[in-house]
Amino acid sequence: MADTASTARQRSPLAHAADRLAAATRSSGGAVRLAEVPFLAQLNVRLDAKSPAADAVGLALGLQLPLEPDTVVRGGDLRAVWLGPDEWLVVGLPGTRRDLEGRIRAAAGDAPVSVTDVSAQRTTVLVGGPRARDLLSHGCRLDLHPRAFGPGRCAQTTLARTQVVLVARDEPRAGFWVLVRSSFADHLTNWLLDAAVEYR
Amino acid sequence: MLLISCPWCGPRDEAEFHYGGQAHVPYPEDPAALTDEEWARYLFFRDNPKGPFAERWSHAAGCRKWFNAVRDTSTNEVLAVYRPGETRPPLTQPGAAASAVGPATSAAEPATSVVEPGPSAPAQATSAAASAMPAVPAIPAVPAVAAASAIPAIPAASAASAVPAVPSRPATTEPGPAIPARPVTSMPGRAIPARPAFEDEAPSGPNGGPGAEPPARQASQPHRLATGGRIDRDNPLTFTFDGTEYQGYRGDTLASALLANGVIATATSIRLGRPRGIFSAGVEEPNAVIQIEEPFPEPMLPATTVELHDGLVATSLPGQGRLATEPDPARYDAVHAHCDLLVVGAGPAGLAAAAAAARSGARVILADDQPEPGGSLLGTGDHLDWVEATRAELEAAPEVRVLPRTTVFGHYDDNHLLAVERRTNHFGAEAPEQVSRERVWRIRARRVVLATGAHERSLAFGDNDRPGVMLAASARTYLHRYAVLPGRHAVVFTTNDSAYAAALDLAAAGVGIAAIVDTRSEPGEWAERARSAGIEVLAGHAVTDTEGGTRLTGVTVAPYGEPAERRAASSQREFAVDLLLVSGGWNPVAHLFSQAGGKLRHDDVLGTFVPDSCRQAVEVVGSANGVLDLATALAQGAAAGARAVEAEGRPSGAPALPAVAAAPHTPPMQVFAVPTSTGAPRFVDLQRDVTVDDLARATGAGLRSVEHTKRYTTAGTANDQGKTGGALASGIVAELLGVDISALGLPTFRPPYVPVSFAALAGRDRGALSDPIRTTAVHAWHVAHGALFENVGQWKRPWYYPRDGEDMRAAVLRECAAAREGVAFMDASTLGKIDVQGPDAAVFLDRLYTNMMSTLKVGMIRYGVMCRLDGMIFDDGTVIRLAQDRFLVTTTTGNAAAVLDWMEEWLQTEWPELRVHCTSVTEQWATVALVGPRSREVLGSLAPRLAVANDDFPFMAWRDTTVAGIDARVCRISFSGELAYEINVSPWEALALWEALYEAGAPYGITPYGTETMHVLRAEKGYPIIGQDSDGTVTPQDLGMGWAVSKKKPDFIGKRSYARADTVRADRKHLVGLLPEDPGTFLPEGTHLVADSVLPAPPVPMLGHVTSSYRSAALGRTFALALVKGGRDRIGERLYAPVGDRLVPVTVASPVLYDPEGARRDG
Repeated sequence: MADTASTARQRSPLAHAADRLAAATRSSGGAVRLAEVPFLAQLNVRLDAKSPAADAVGLALGLQLPLEPDTVVRGGDLRAVWLGPDEWLVVGLPGTRRDLEGRIRAAAGDAPVSVTDVSAQRTTVLVGGPRARDLLSHGCRLDLHPRAFGPGRCAQTTLARTQVVLVARDEPRAGFWVLVRSSFADHLTNWLLDAAVEYR
Repeated sequence: MLLISCPWCGPRDEAEFHYGGQAHVPYPEDPAALTDEEWARYLFFRDNPKGPFAERWSHAAGCRKWFNAVRDTSTNEVLAVYRPGETRPPLTQPGAAASAVGPATSAAEPATSVVEPGPSAPAQATSAAASAMPAVPAIPAVPAVAAASAIPAIPAASAASAVPAVPSRPATTEPGPAIPARPVTSMPGRAIPARPAFEDEAPSGPNGGPGAEPPARQASQPHRLATGGRIDRDNPLTFTFDGTEYQGYRGDTLASALLANGVIATATSIRLGRPRGIFSAGVEEPNAVIQIEEPFPEPMLPATTVELHDGLVATSLPGQGRLATEPDPARYDAVHAHCDLLVVGAGPAGLAAAAAAARSGARVILADDQPEPGGSLLGTGDHLDWVEATRAELEAAPEVRVLPRTTVFGHYDDNHLLAVERRTNHFGAEAPEQVSRERVWRIRARRVVLATGAHERSLAFGDNDRPGVMLAASARTYLHRYAVLPGRHAVVFTTNDSAYAAALDLAAAGVGIAAIVDTRSEPGEWAERARSAGIEVLAGHAVTDTEGGTRLTGVTVAPYGEPAERRAASSQREFAVDLLLVSGGWNPVAHLFSQAGGKLRHDDVLGTFVPDSCRQAVEVVGSANGVLDLATALAQGAAAGARAVEAEGRPSGAPALPAVAAAPHTPPMQVFAVPTSTGAPRFVDLQRDVTVDDLARATGAGLRSVEHTKRYTTAGTANDQGKTGGALASGIVAELLGVDISALGLPTFRPPYVPVSFAALAGRDRGALSDPIRTTAVHAWHVAHGALFENVGQWKRPWYYPRDGEDMRAAVLRECAAAREGVAFMDASTLGKIDVQGPDAAVFLDRLYTNMMSTLKVGMIRYGVMCRLDGMIFDDGTVIRLAQDRFLVTTTTGNAAAVLDWMEEWLQTEWPELRVHCTSVTEQWATVALVGPRSREVLGSLAPRLAVANDDFPFMAWRDTTVAGIDARVCRISFSGELAYEINVSPWEALALWEALYEAGAPYGITPYGTETMHVLRAEKGYPIIGQDSDGTVTPQDLGMGWAVSKKKPDFIGKRSYARADTVRADRKHLVGLLPEDPGTFLPEGTHLVADSVLPAPPVPMLGHVTSSYRSAALGRTFALALVKGGRDRIGERLYAPVGDRLVPVTVASPVLYDPEGARRDG
């Protein structure tokens, strides 16, 4: 399954909503920025954090898999998102999933490391702008104040009654990535657009 | 909403977790060695203690990890959390357990958590302490007592007095302001003067204010003063009430505007139809409950809480309102908020608390139900410059959020509070449509200061419900806040000091105060002040009765405490007045405190119930805490605010507080009911028309608890929830029972504190957003091609695709025929998919499924059945072996999450030694089922590299290839009995695949089909749908799938249960086919089955029921599947199905009705 195959025919889960997201961004005057970040490579990696495989995989990826719960480590174009004490989501640029999987498997060798391509399992919605936090707090129970959820933080939680992975972006003002199951992406988009009405 | 500490992720809302029952109940080592009884004990019996209980929880919406928690089942407190495999930490006492969980909120502190047994525990505790944000249970229980107020703090007016402040309770362990704890001499009740006094001393007419000329009134609004108040006279508003147009001002409530226009009667009572008038100036209003007609109909709002706006149209109500019949066009929403300190109430104490915390940098929310801060000060007109300065300071503080027009209505576990903010109501028809009309705030506060004020209490005397009877402090509020005089001539009836300030202020404003009637025989300094202002004070007297019709015209006053029959007629006084101001004392607004789990105690000095202690981090300040003296309320508020932020590790500030002159004080007298000389009704609950006599009937019927008298009489159950009458009812019941009110108590306070509309609670979750909707990558195509949809779980699945003029029956017959005779295709992307990886994957699946999975060859597929421990079917699906150590498991659409949770539960809690990982890949793959005798040709045309011949690609095999140039995994699976394939591709390319199939299949008449056709096709083959043809009582054997239950495996989940006597009964219900005698007769699903053509006398023995029923194109008739007792032994028997009035004869058949030889499977 070459990453490049038939990319012309690929449709991301929110391709049909791109116009509406852009319109909401425009009408808010930049208070909120909404856009899909499609086709990111996403790999679910499971391994024993205390095993040598953890270091080997980190080395192969050029970053340290985060051990602190609910944190993200960035290395180059890659991010490793903590999902559990033995589970990470490695996120890379579109088209890199096969390469990433190969690197991780090679680094793991015979160690019991599980790698699963989940690039299409979730899509990514950028929620940015000065009112991004206010927008999300309409449907997210977590405390997203910079004191509690600043750059480098992530969490699995629910937004608009849908399970999401929230990632605070590196710049405090850059907002959040919301990784949402593809089947729920349309619902979440409708919800975000409705919640954004107030900021237009 | 509990806050539960995940040992990894830290404190999260309860909603993110799943409960997993009692902890430390391991799976038996050798189930086969257990007796049936021992096995049943393991399966069905769990402890149910009161107190600490170790139980399992899963952080289902977070890291998906299972952990253990010790929860006190009587308080819901989570006392400790620990990881699986760790031993339960010792608990010395509830609440003292160390649960050292690193906060998710602290970026600096890794959220290493967990109580470790043994010596590591202290270190954990230290790290939590260092983070200054301990886990939930570590917040010390604060005995809530201190002071501040949001609503009416008692008149603190001016003047000097020798009497010190009102006695106040010592508050928390921390030193608060030094408050003299004054020994209390409760007023001896019934202290009757030796002779009737004052008969000749004062005129019973208006006597004017002290000295000054009465202020001028305004011509258009006859009861409005020309100056004063906080209304915006530059903003006149027009409104309509009961068809008459009136003028008011911005800043008015509907009630104040009506009073300004001389309208006081605004309702008739619900049971007796008696005229009722505006009784209060706030949320406690029991009488003036009105209907809004425009801009949008809304029933039963207290006129005292409706902000006036231009074009408002309202009508009076006979006790009940009308819901709108049209949809509400307004928006509603919710916000989750977090803060270090939530202050409820922006009266003097609340403002002081917020100000003390504001400079610390702590995150503070100050919520108040009024449009502007000030609370009781708005009603007394005092210190408003300080209010304004404090408001400005709070609004300038970056981490302080002031929420006006926001009523906190619920106080739940772990300081989770709900509030409703009224955002656009006051704009009327000009409300901006993009702004939500009401917003529910879901606030999680580290600490809470309740400064919710106090409500003035009424008194029960004869005909105490006439329009013109009003709470004394409310009348004062109408004067100071709205420049409205609610009447011309008034009598003031009180049991305490607070009404004197009202009387003096109203007199100064031009109201003729005929007399102040005080039940106390020695009313003290305030009485002297009133007398020097020229007001007659009748000490030791009470109002016994009133006169009037739609408005009060007179009151009768008599010495208090003398039995009515012995009362000399000469001792009675009549006063011709249109206003009677009443004060029976003050009830702290302890609703939220009680909801939070706080305990109340009776304060004999104050004659009321006050907050005592609470295990949550809550303090109560001001009049909400029974502190009715302004200076003390301010000091207590400031101290509580400072304590709260200091406890969060921040420096507090000393806010500027106004200088308050000490006020004179004479203790109040506890009075509830006053004897009437006429036998007139004495109302206790105005809104429910409940009288003293009604309560007497309740106690006469033997009721001894206020909870029971409440339910018997309905007192306190109206939408004012007895805010003014609740304590009165308790007091009267206590008198009737001859017990002390402190022993009787108050009825429980429950949320919400005020009525909250369902629309507000629903917020954004209505219409299209009422429930999340899941769609597949091909959804838009289905919509464009006219599919109707069926909800399966949260998924929208195409149900059938009707063509022009087709009904469902015709469309489904056509789709079925295409699948059986040509080729058809279906979007099967919704099936759950789980990737199972690791060296022990095969072992794991062998334990999970009833059949053997380890023998499956790479490249092949096996159908599998999964059961619960009791042996009942839980789910089914296919298992694909991708590699020696990797499988792809499919689940039913609705069970995908449950199956993954089930796998994780066993892996994490019972089999942690297995090296297996499970990952959901449901949306990683889109699946298209290609079905029918021509499917091979369609697939072959699009997959040139795939050898599609039966020998090359046999049934239950899978191949990686490309289909229409798209990377695909093709499985030869059939859920219809026909030759069929399931083509799995990336959802990014699913639409391209779908369209390619549609095009390539066109020559063969390829037909899209939906779930209904799928159900018919599978039912013709006798394939059960788990959850439709089975419920929680059905084993694989019952479904005729004993072949899928391994006899070789030593154990698997459910195996032991198949040896239970109950699962081997001969009369268990079996899945069978049913053929109605008339091939056109359709049996509704759920139809029962009986043995005889004539119903015997009840109870009629039921043999089973229909689980699936369809019309079959292939069979040319109707048929059904059913669960029937001993069904497989009844094949060929005739049974009867009661449908309507008929008993339909049916024949029991094999469940496999179509192609029983399986000849069609390979094409």
